[in-house]
Amino acid sequence: MDYIEILKTAGVFAGLGIAAGLLLVIASKLFAVKRDERIDRIAEALPGANCGGCGRSGCAALAADIASGKAPVTACTVGGAATAQKIAGIMGVRAEAPMRMRAQVMCSGTEEYAKKKYAYSGARDCIAAVRMGGGDKLCPNGCIGLGTCVATCRFGAISVINRVAVVDYKKCEGCGACTKACPKQIIKLIPYDSAHWVGCMSVEKGAVVRKQCDVGCISCKKCEKNCPSGAIRVVNFVASIDYTKCTGCGICVDNCPRRIIWSATRQNGELVITRLAPENEEN
Amino acid sequence: MNTVQLSLTDTLLLMLGAVLTENFIFSKFYGCCPFLGVSDKPDKAVGMGMAVTFVMTVSGAVTWAAYYFVLVPLGLEYLRTVAFILIIASLVQIIEMFLRKFVPALYSALGIYLPLITTNCAVLGAALVNIQEGYGFIPSVCYGFAAGLGFTLAIVIFAGVRAKMEFADPPRAFRGFPLTLIAAGLLAMIFSGFSGISF
Repeated sequence: MDYIEILKTAGVFAGLGIAAGLLLVIASKLFAVKRDERIDRIAEALPGANCGGCGRSGCAALAADIASGKAPVTACTVGGAATAQKIAGIMGVRAEAPMRMRAQVMCSGTEEYAKKKYAYSGARDCIAAVRMGGGDKLCPNGCIGLGTCVATCRFGAISVINRVAVVDYKKCEGCGACTKACPKQIIKLIPYDSAHWVGCMSVEKGAVVRKQCDVGCISCKKCEKNCPSGAIRVVNFVASIDYTKCTGCGICVDNCPRRIIWSATRQNGELVITRLAPENEEN
Repeated sequence: MNTVQLSLTDTLLLMLGAVLTENFIFSKFYGCCPFLGVSDKPDKAVGMGMAVTFVMTVSGAVTWAAYYFVLVPLGLEYLRTVAFILIIASLVQIIEMFLRKFVPALYSALGIYLPLITTNCAVLGAALVNIQEGYGFIPSVCYGFAAGLGFTLAIVIFAGVRAKMEFADPPRAFRGFPLTLIAAGLLAMIFSGFSGISF
């Protein structure tokens, strides 16, 4: 066995390794880029879910935007007040605590209530279905229920139950990614503790809505007339609640003939969501 | 230097072969990992393909020089695989730093893919084939570039197929990877159609 050969090989490779290492060191000094070190600290403070709710590709992109002042320190809705405080500390500004929000699908038209115009059997995707004459439900603003929002949610908070998407408020972080993904734009962010919301976004006239869905807003304005604080208004043939005025008294719930105003109450710290059972057309 | 002398026509045919008949993914089965891993979105696939092409071209040149000017004089040809891994890995690191400093636009496009291919077998494979076949310097660089183009072609086509499959409603057992692998197999069969052509 030729030991010199082995030593030579080892020597050459050690030399090659050292040369490559030295080159890398020189290159890293030569090509060093000045980087705002706040970016890394902000990225650490962010939740790191890369949900895209802020409209950027991920948490790292948001961190860069916050550091350069292109985004406010409260831009991350998922992290909420705690994250905003931390980032404000890094950036040396004061943060106003953002309100905790949650996503809510504004449609009550489940399989048994919403009427259909045809039987859809295409791709399992809402955007594909919308291209087929706006989906199979007659209502142009009804939930298609094929789960484009489900696929978008990074927190696994949405599921489709009975052809209507339902957000699990326990898992929802209020990032708003689903509100952008929904081709019908019927998912809205509402304050986490909202007592009531109108589970319909149909902008059709009452007579038309009656033909399309048993649980659609017919713009009768009963809720608007009876609301003591003027929080609920019917605009463009659909009722909606102004959460800066709503006191959560629940009078609108009892007045709605279509039973589409939902309620959420706190019981033992948990939200319990309820809705009055829809009445039949005849009653 | 015992390299094969190739005319311009031979070099062009070599490149065409590297893209179609000898496609790295479909006939040599190099680089299957990024082919399956980074092909879920067409734009990602384009980025990955560009990064691979870039690194293959540069590493084709550098490893050729390292082999004929360092390993051959020292009589260490048999250790080229080890040496090439070392050279390609450090090369990619240096390229990454260089791009970040001088071409930030290219860095943001390729940046996240470059570290992924530091020790990719497709890149190493292209460098080793150059030596094995005894190509000269220019054909080596051309071969690396064409092999990268072939990789890009394959991964972009596959990403397009996968984008279509995303909205399909397959039986439960086929969801995810099984369907992806079946699609990859079909695509490989389609590419095998090129193998009947001789240039």
